[in-house]
Amino acid sequence: MNSLADQLLVLCLLINFAVLGTSRLAFSVRCVAVQGVLLGTLPALVHPFSWHVSFIVVSIILVKGGLIPVLIIRAIKKAEIEREFSPFIGYIPSLVLGALFTSLAFIFAARLPLAPEHEGLLIVPAAAATLMSGFLVLMGRRKAISQVLGYLLMENGIFLFGLLLADAMPVMVEAGALLDLLVGIFVMGIVINHISREFSSIDTSRLSALREE
Amino acid sequence: MMWALVLLPLLGAAFSWLVPDNRRRVWVLPVFSLAQLGVSVALLVHTPPASPAGWILLDALGKLVLMANSILFTICSFYAVGYLSYRLKRPNRVLCASLLVCLSATSLVVVSQHLGLLWIALEATTLTMAPLIYFNHNARSIEATWKYLLICSVGIAIALLGLFFLAYSTIVAKQEVSLLLPSLIRDAAALHPGWRHAAFIFLLVGFGSKMGLAPLHTWKPDAYGEAPGLVGALLAGGLVNCALLALLRVYQVAAASSEGALFQQVLLTMGLVSMAFAAVFMARQSDFKRMLAYSSVEHVGIIAVALGLGKGALFAGLLHMINNSLTKGVLFLSCGNIHRAFNSKSTQFVRGALRRTPWSAALFLAAFLAITGSPPFAPFVSEFLIVSSAFGQGNHWTGGLFLLFLALIFIGMASTVLPVVLGELPPDLERTRYRDAAPTVLPPLVLMGLVLLLGVWIPSPLQELLHEAARLLGGEA
Repeated sequence: MNSLADQLLVLCLLINFAVLGTSRLAFSVRCVAVQGVLLGTLPALVHPFSWHVSFIVVSIILVKGGLIPVLIIRAIKKAEIEREFSPFIGYIPSLVLGALFTSLAFIFAARLPLAPEHEGLLIVPAAAATLMSGFLVLMGRRKAISQVLGYLLMENGIFLFGLLLADAMPVMVEAGALLDLLVGIFVMGIVINHISREFSSIDTSRLSALREE
Repeated sequence: MMWALVLLPLLGAAFSWLVPDNRRRVWVLPVFSLAQLGVSVALLVHTPPASPAGWILLDALGKLVLMANSILFTICSFYAVGYLSYRLKRPNRVLCASLLVCLSATSLVVVSQHLGLLWIALEATTLTMAPLIYFNHNARSIEATWKYLLICSVGIAIALLGLFFLAYSTIVAKQEVSLLLPSLIRDAAALHPGWRHAAFIFLLVGFGSKMGLAPLHTWKPDAYGEAPGLVGALLAGGLVNCALLALLRVYQVAAASSEGALFQQVLLTMGLVSMAFAAVFMARQSDFKRMLAYSSVEHVGIIAVALGLGKGALFAGLLHMINNSLTKGVLFLSCGNIHRAFNSKSTQFVRGALRRTPWSAALFLAAFLAITGSPPFAPFVSEFLIVSSAFGQGNHWTGGLFLLFLALIFIGMASTVLPVVLGELPPDLERTRYRDAAPTVLPPLVLMGLVLLLGVWIPSPLQELLHEAARLLGGEA
């Protein structure tokens, strides 16, 4: 592990806060895309060069930095919305909770029984903090697009943890997981489009016809 | 041969995408699902050895799920031809293609021995089902689709984290790093206990939410309630089995480690909680499709209880998996027919279905009796075996609660089903086009026949397969 990788991980952590603190959807999408690209370059820094690693790096940057943001931005344009309105958890509380979770992640990671070669790395706390930020966005926001972004943040956190498992994940599995993610976002984009046509809003709190009395 | 199982339905999906005509396209479904059933039977008879890297293998557990799914899918595909002929105005290209891709993904779940590959296939089944739930294109179905997509995607993502933890526990323990099932089972006892423990919890939560174990079942009533009956049958009878198989793979690893007992305890509790939830929400349920969803929550609960009891109950639990998927097929298909005939699924408007759709209503009633555990139908046998195994193990609390919940559920379900089937036709009834006809009645009738047959006689090859599968779970020495 080198200092460049550590700096990228710190940047990832900062991006979590940018997403937590903004109401502008397009900005959040770009943040998550940048985070995806940063994560995509990490395997190249952490692991020695191989065709396997370079394939993964290229495909992650392509999918997380290119295709997925394009799909989401298109959904935003079709739904004609720019901002998140009155989230369940406000921006300031989100930021405070995010800071709390991040510090807890560092304390927690220090106590984990990691393999000796992984001790003291930023990867585990960054993964846990990103995962928790994803959950916060997922639960705290009303708009369907924000919820998709929360899901993506969560996926980024899980992917970060996956960096520790260099050899356990064969290329086919990583590529398959990435493809599933891409198709998932594609389907979600279509559903968002239909939600906005049906309800003339993508406010998921309006989706309440099926609640059990 | 093994690849045909996965590639054949994919080919069918491509084919159905290319057929331009709504009326002819639906015939692609039975053709390819019959071919897939043929391949499945051939594989059951002559099982090829594992693939060179060990990723692909059809073991006894896989065979059981493959058999249940292939039979259910084939029958549903014939039903689809009849059903879609009533809905020719709605384009069915996406429906046909998604159904076949889903069949391909479920087959991949069945044969994969690599947990990463299994995860990918399971996620693919989740995604292909989303457009199917949304088939009716209205506000309620989109709400259901969104809930389903989000909850299942997050659940499955948590399962992926669980898989990562499992892989990491091999690294910390300095074992061979791998997510291949045989090597995980071999090294299970030597894995790092902390990470292994976390992995089991995350995997249980992840696969449990896909399976619909309470309290992770919240998407189920919506998705099952709003999807067409055909899709409901496949969700409740087919996809549940896939998620269960994923959980069984984890169970195999847990049983080989020292944590088997704890894992069983958690499953037992979750199973009983699921049955309790179902019993509460089933009472006075005015939407009979949602009622079926709670019945599905109940039955995954029953299977979880059987897994939790272990030993002799494993055989019964696996048998119940097959019985449940066949009976759920009848329930959803016949209930779809009644829904079409009355153009409503609320007990307020649907009464006396026996007069309007005699065959479907009779099937619905018979399947209700079967699923609540009345003899001589198949679920009676498996539920009886589970209860007797609970009492045999001296676990009187579990056995007692199990019986109590079954009784409550019987009463709750009867209070919805009986007025729908018997009762008097409401006076100002809407005119509808649908009446019972062979294409939509024969498929559930065949399934019902199978449910009755398994209730009186379990063929010896199936019995052997069940015993072999139970041995894989560490049930019988």
